[in-house]
Amino acid sequence: MSNIGSYDERVKNFKWSLAEQELEYKDGDVINIGWYCSDRICEKGLANKTALIWEGRSPENLKKYTFNDLRLKSNTIGAFLKNQGISDGDRVCLFMDKVPELYLGLLGILKIGAVAQPLFSAFGDESLFVRLENAGTKAIITQKKHAGKVQKILDKLPNLEKIIIVDYDGRKPLREKEIAFDLEGSTPVEKLDIFPTKAESHSLLHYTSGTTGQPKGVKHVHYSLISQYLTTKWVLDLQPDDIYWCTADPGWVTGTSYGIIGPWSLGITSCVMDSGFSAEAWYAFMQRHKVTMWYSAPTAIRSLMKAGDESVKKFDLSSLRHLASVGEPLNAEAVIWSEKVFGKPFFDTYWQTETGSMMICNYPDMKVKPGSMGKAFPGLTAAILDDKTLEPITEHNKPGLIAFLPDWPACMRTYWNNEETFNKKFSKGWYLSGDKSTIDKDGYFWFVGRDDDVINTGGHLVSPFEVESALLEHEAVAESAVVAKPDQVNMEVVKAFVTLNPGWEAGDELELKIMNFIRKKLSPLAMPQEIEYMDKLPKTRSGKIMRRLLHAKEWGEEIGDTSTLEDD
Amino acid sequence: MANLEEMKEVILEYVIEEYAEEDDDVNFDTPLISGGLVDSFSMVSLKRFLEVKYKISIPDEKATPEAFDNVNKITDLVLEFL
Repeated sequence: MSNIGSYDERVKNFKWSLAEQELEYKDGDVINIGWYCSDRICEKGLANKTALIWEGRSPENLKKYTFNDLRLKSNTIGAFLKNQGISDGDRVCLFMDKVPELYLGLLGILKIGAVAQPLFSAFGDESLFVRLENAGTKAIITQKKHAGKVQKILDKLPNLEKIIIVDYDGRKPLREKEIAFDLEGSTPVEKLDIFPTKAESHSLLHYTSGTTGQPKGVKHVHYSLISQYLTTKWVLDLQPDDIYWCTADPGWVTGTSYGIIGPWSLGITSCVMDSGFSAEAWYAFMQRHKVTMWYSAPTAIRSLMKAGDESVKKFDLSSLRHLASVGEPLNAEAVIWSEKVFGKPFFDTYWQTETGSMMICNYPDMKVKPGSMGKAFPGLTAAILDDKTLEPITEHNKPGLIAFLPDWPACMRTYWNNEETFNKKFSKGWYLSGDKSTIDKDGYFWFVGRDDDVINTGGHLVSPFEVESALLEHEAVAESAVVAKPDQVNMEVVKAFVTLNPGWEAGDELELKIMNFIRKKLSPLAMPQEIEYMDKLPKTRSGKIMRRLLHAKEWGEEIGDTSTLEDD
Repeated sequence: MANLEEMKEVILEYVIEEYAEEDDDVNFDTPLISGGLVDSFSMVSLKRFLEVKYKISIPDEKATPEAFDNVNKITDLVLEFL
């Protein structure tokens, strides 16, 4: 029997107070995610249960932490930050690979009432800068290998007071504002005063990309725990003896909501593999740790498919009990393949950085229709809206905007310092997701695409505007336009169209230079996988680049109305 | 064989220059993809470098994470298409 039991029954009888009762929370109480994920689990008698199995680049590099270790080490980090002058409401960035300090640090930051701002460690200095500047980040916790990127932009960040290095080895002197912190070598702090955060206290700041403007800081609060706890329990179906592996990096929202908060608030053992992708290394990891529940991404699943069925057969993966996926739509072929090779399908889940928790999902006791997003989580009011009138569409299989009534606990509270853009995400009482889908006669949602130009590559959103702006900073580039290009593994990848400044010659070498320029400045995700040189870009008569035409060309779609196209 | 050694050195130098972070210790056998030094997105630029540098074309189906996992393997791959 799964945790959710009958989906239809849950829908009929749903109240969020169910999660509040299980978490022993009452309206107005203190609610601190850091405490819930460590101290509370210890108080429930699970102090000695393994909380984290961490593996570095080789299987020998293995560390295990109990829930009591989580409690002590997050206390230790929290106390250290307080000694450094960090207090409630301060933004503290976590800029690390998937090392234990990232997971433990997030709890420590939350315990002292500060705001955790996790950022993907592959971000280049420009991507890092815009996010730290926007957040007014006071401290950054990082590794020595990434500290150089911080130093490069330090002069432009007057609010950044501390650069905390977790693996300082003394080989080079510490630089401006750098402080060494050795978690393993620190005396464990048995007692830390947990900051009395309330439901609406700011917990996390995750950045996401839009079509225009700079990345937006999505503000989440401690009350989001209610959604994250219950969705983890019902959708991921985590059971007390499960060994759970969420492959997402906590630099992205999946890695925090379901890589940290969900499983640990339920007292579940979680695994982390801090190395790159390799099909056989992943299978070996699951075999070694007898992973029972695996939450991954379509891009990874398609890469595993590409590696072939023979790779799977070399390993004993009989421990796997339940599989789920998130990031971009999971194609039917991937679901069918997983049933063939693992004996069970991947259950697709749909949600966003802004929603903070799962919204439309496939559930353990509900029939999976391969390629479908599933149905709305109990308690949510989800609809497909007409894109012009913003009225709900009742007709089956007609595409429209996915929208939700914004009344679930983990809904974002604002975009940091950007109330105007935040307000645009709501209309006629609905939260507008920016995604489009249809609903079939059985109530299943089917993803259609984005309602804007944002590129979803490997489950991560990339802003075409951000890449276009960065391209213009390359000395050879005069004009740029960036669109999504279809890709078998990543669903979409970034493609750039550029015109060159006088004196520059189009060619493969220049293309490589521009690709690397963007990779280092923004991130590998944002790097154009292809650059096409053009004599001129298609523009409207008012001079606006018509990205739509370039997108249509890449996807083999109808070009549509070109009446506003600039004449030759 | 001098050319082979030279090729390995050139590729290693490029990998260190383009993908390694401060203090990363990279040699001919360092796992690049499975070790997390080069991700799948960056692999595209590494493939492009090899194609430009050695004037070859590596088919996508040959550009697997396994084939790009260390400098020795990458060198073998390049030799296949020279």
